[in-house]
Amino acid sequence: MEKTNALGQYLTLFRIRFIAGLQYRAAALAGIMTQFAWGGMTVLLYRAFYQSDPAAFPQSFEAMCSYIWIQQAFLAIFMVWGLDPEPFELIKSGNIAYELCRPVNIYWMWFVKSAATRLAKAVLRCMPILIFALLLPRPYRLVLPDGGRLVLFIVSLLLALINIVAFTLLIYISTFYTLDSTGLRSLMSTLAEFLSGGLIPLPFFPESFQKVLSLFPFAGMENTPLQLYNGTMAGMDAAFGIGMQVLWAGIMIGTGAVWMRSALKNVVAQGG
Amino acid sequence: MKLYFHYLSLHIRERMEYKKSFLLNLIGQFLGSFSAFLSVCFMFSRFHTVQGFTFSQVLLSFSVVLMAFSLSECFFRGFDVFSTMIGNGEFDRVLVRPRSTVFLVICSKLQLDRLSRMLQALVMLGYALPRCGVEWTLPRVGVLIMMIGCGMVVFCCLFICGATLSFFTIESIEIINIFTDGAREFGAYPFAVYGKGVLRLLTFVVPLACFQYWPMLWLMQPDSPLFYAFCPLLSLLFVIPVSLLWRLGVRKYCSTGS
Amino acid sequence: MIEVEHLCKTFTVSRRDAGMKQALGALFRREKETIRALDDVSFRIEDGEMVGYIGPNGAGKSSTIKVMSGILTPDSGNCRINGLVPWKQRKEHVSRIGVVFGSRSQLWWDIPVTDSFALLRDIYRIPDDVYHKNLSRLTEMLSLQQILRTPARQLSLGQRMRCEIAASLLHDPAVLFLDEPTIGLDAVSKLAVRDFIRQLNREKATTIILTTHDMQDIEALAGRIILIGKGKILMDGDTGQLSRQLSPSRTVRVSVRRFADIPLPQGVQLIEKRGEEGGQLIFSVDTEKVPIPQLISLLSAHLEMYDLSVENVSMDELVLSLYRKYQI
Repeated sequence: MEKTNALGQYLTLFRIRFIAGLQYRAAALAGIMTQFAWGGMTVLLYRAFYQSDPAAFPQSFEAMCSYIWIQQAFLAIFMVWGLDPEPFELIKSGNIAYELCRPVNIYWMWFVKSAATRLAKAVLRCMPILIFALLLPRPYRLVLPDGGRLVLFIVSLLLALINIVAFTLLIYISTFYTLDSTGLRSLMSTLAEFLSGGLIPLPFFPESFQKVLSLFPFAGMENTPLQLYNGTMAGMDAAFGIGMQVLWAGIMIGTGAVWMRSALKNVVAQGG
Repeated sequence: MKLYFHYLSLHIRERMEYKKSFLLNLIGQFLGSFSAFLSVCFMFSRFHTVQGFTFSQVLLSFSVVLMAFSLSECFFRGFDVFSTMIGNGEFDRVLVRPRSTVFLVICSKLQLDRLSRMLQALVMLGYALPRCGVEWTLPRVGVLIMMIGCGMVVFCCLFICGATLSFFTIESIEIINIFTDGAREFGAYPFAVYGKGVLRLLTFVVPLACFQYWPMLWLMQPDSPLFYAFCPLLSLLFVIPVSLLWRLGVRKYCSTGS
Repeated sequence: MIEVEHLCKTFTVSRRDAGMKQALGALFRREKETIRALDDVSFRIEDGEMVGYIGPNGAGKSSTIKVMSGILTPDSGNCRINGLVPWKQRKEHVSRIGVVFGSRSQLWWDIPVTDSFALLRDIYRIPDDVYHKNLSRLTEMLSLQQILRTPARQLSLGQRMRCEIAASLLHDPAVLFLDEPTIGLDAVSKLAVRDFIRQLNREKATTIILTTHDMQDIEALAGRIILIGKGKILMDGDTGQLSRQLSPSRTVRVSVRRFADIPLPQGVQLIEKRGEEGGQLIFSVDTEKVPIPQLISLLSAHLEMYDLSVENVSMDELVLSLYRKYQI
């Protein structure tokens, strides 16, 4: 009974974010165009590298293009830097006290809020980009994988969302201790972006780096679903990748929930 | 100009009120551009050249773009917060001052945190200058300085363009990021690697290549037309359409009040 | 001198109903609605006048202020302030006016107020001697000595408002626009601000245009009020005349030791009687039929009074009845 109720709350939250997203249609359109142009430029850049030395390319050019388009289509999920300013404001202004009065677990509320924001934005924006990318001429187009890979991709994408949100929550909670968090925010998000394959895909990193990075949580935030999609990660690698995602999701959520509790105690103590 | 320095000193003092955050921000920004630099390194450890450009040559173009960008961002990015200025009515205040609107908006915010990007650009420039195969004579140094200076102006124009957009819609300003942040990211490589179409667009419409690719060609291949060396000056023509656009935007704001 | 003639201004706003279906629909088509913010607004304000500009929220007050301060260009109509058209000769015009937006700040948040002032000196190109003269005068009049070296974020609202007003006057403007200058202030600060405005108007003959929802501001400051509603000027006249015209009746309360029968003339009504043998009597008087002095002499002839008060209709009630009268 209680559970369905909570689920209903979260669904409402998602719906509100989705409607809010729809309201800003010009913003959505601008975002889509920006991402499309960005993707296009990235494709052209890798084409230049591919033409310079095809042998050094770690995967086929077609797979690379698919990677780029999927990355752009679901950018709203992947972008670690796209943080919700609200929790920061709440903590800084002390209005967090109001949140504490509500009969919900604040960790999960923020979790769902962040996840809903990202997902709603992604759902709103992915379609036009995917359709465009599917219609492009041969080497540049987005290639649809077979059913099994698609399922793996979707599972991994959702896990990536959970990982990213759990990670951003850790950043939010750290605000309790530093108050002015802009520095920490930009530091952590650039780090995560680079190490998750947001700038260049992980397969383009030197071998030794790749091995180490596959153990970090960042790989699971972006690289794993994308590589599952274009087929450069399969078999044991795929199982390992998804396994790491689950493991890190557990670790980060656990740490976050516990940390949040002790941080809140801190706040209460301060408030007197 | 005196007024600009007055603003500058106030901004510095204001920023120094929060030293710790300022420092962390510096580091964060540095890490941002450093990771872009690492990406280029990783790509070159795999490929060695791209379209005939060597690592040091790419670094040269990267540092010119980054330098121009960070200078412009540091001192002229008041336009970055412009949509909020419109939103909270701060722009009304600008309009009741007896000074140029562009000037006042520029002064309203200086992002000193971005100085660390400039540091990164300086380091790269220091690495690339002796290694890129250019014999640095006085005229060549002059062209290099011109590239950075004109690049700064072009980026400034792009920031103004983005701000002008928020006169018409507060929603779609994201689109200008292709040309500001995008130019910074993709400008890491000479614009010619993106193909002829893109190069043409970035020469004749948004003159980013005018201060990067063309003069660099002249620096590296002494037999190329002298005209290329003066391309950066051509990019200054960009100021004209941008200032017209800005004026149009202000007029629109004044006629709708939003 | 301020001349405003036939100003008109319309805005379009888009509307949407709540719900998912409507949100999806709005992706493709939106309802537009036109609002007439200013509808043939004309008035004239002489040099040195102090005018209260009132009306409910959304009546067109701020639009008018924005037009007069050069921020907004009207669709049609004319406006000349000391010979300049605000939206055409903006820079010249704004260097001669001062604007205070009560709900916004022009001071720098993290640095001392004097530094904000020094910056304004450079912005307005105020000569050094004029700046120092004005600064010391304003410091004295607004008692800013203690707070000039404090960062704005540490000031109370009242202190900050005094600084805001000083900031708008450093360049000796001939006209001062005050947009809700007492909003959110406590009683003491309100009085200080009002005193200062009065003094400024008297000593420097600065023309002052004031918008407010606080009727005590109007009562204390403005000799003349302009009422705007739904974009139209509804009334323009001095405050005393206004209250007489609106309601000629007054309430008179008298406290007496012993009640007695009084022959009440027409136009006077006993509303309430408090107490047994002695106490309070409350009359309502139509002053057009029975002037107040006449009533007092009548009462003192019949009663042993130890207290008497005549109550005006309060400005709030007055404005309310005005709004009701014009249905805004």
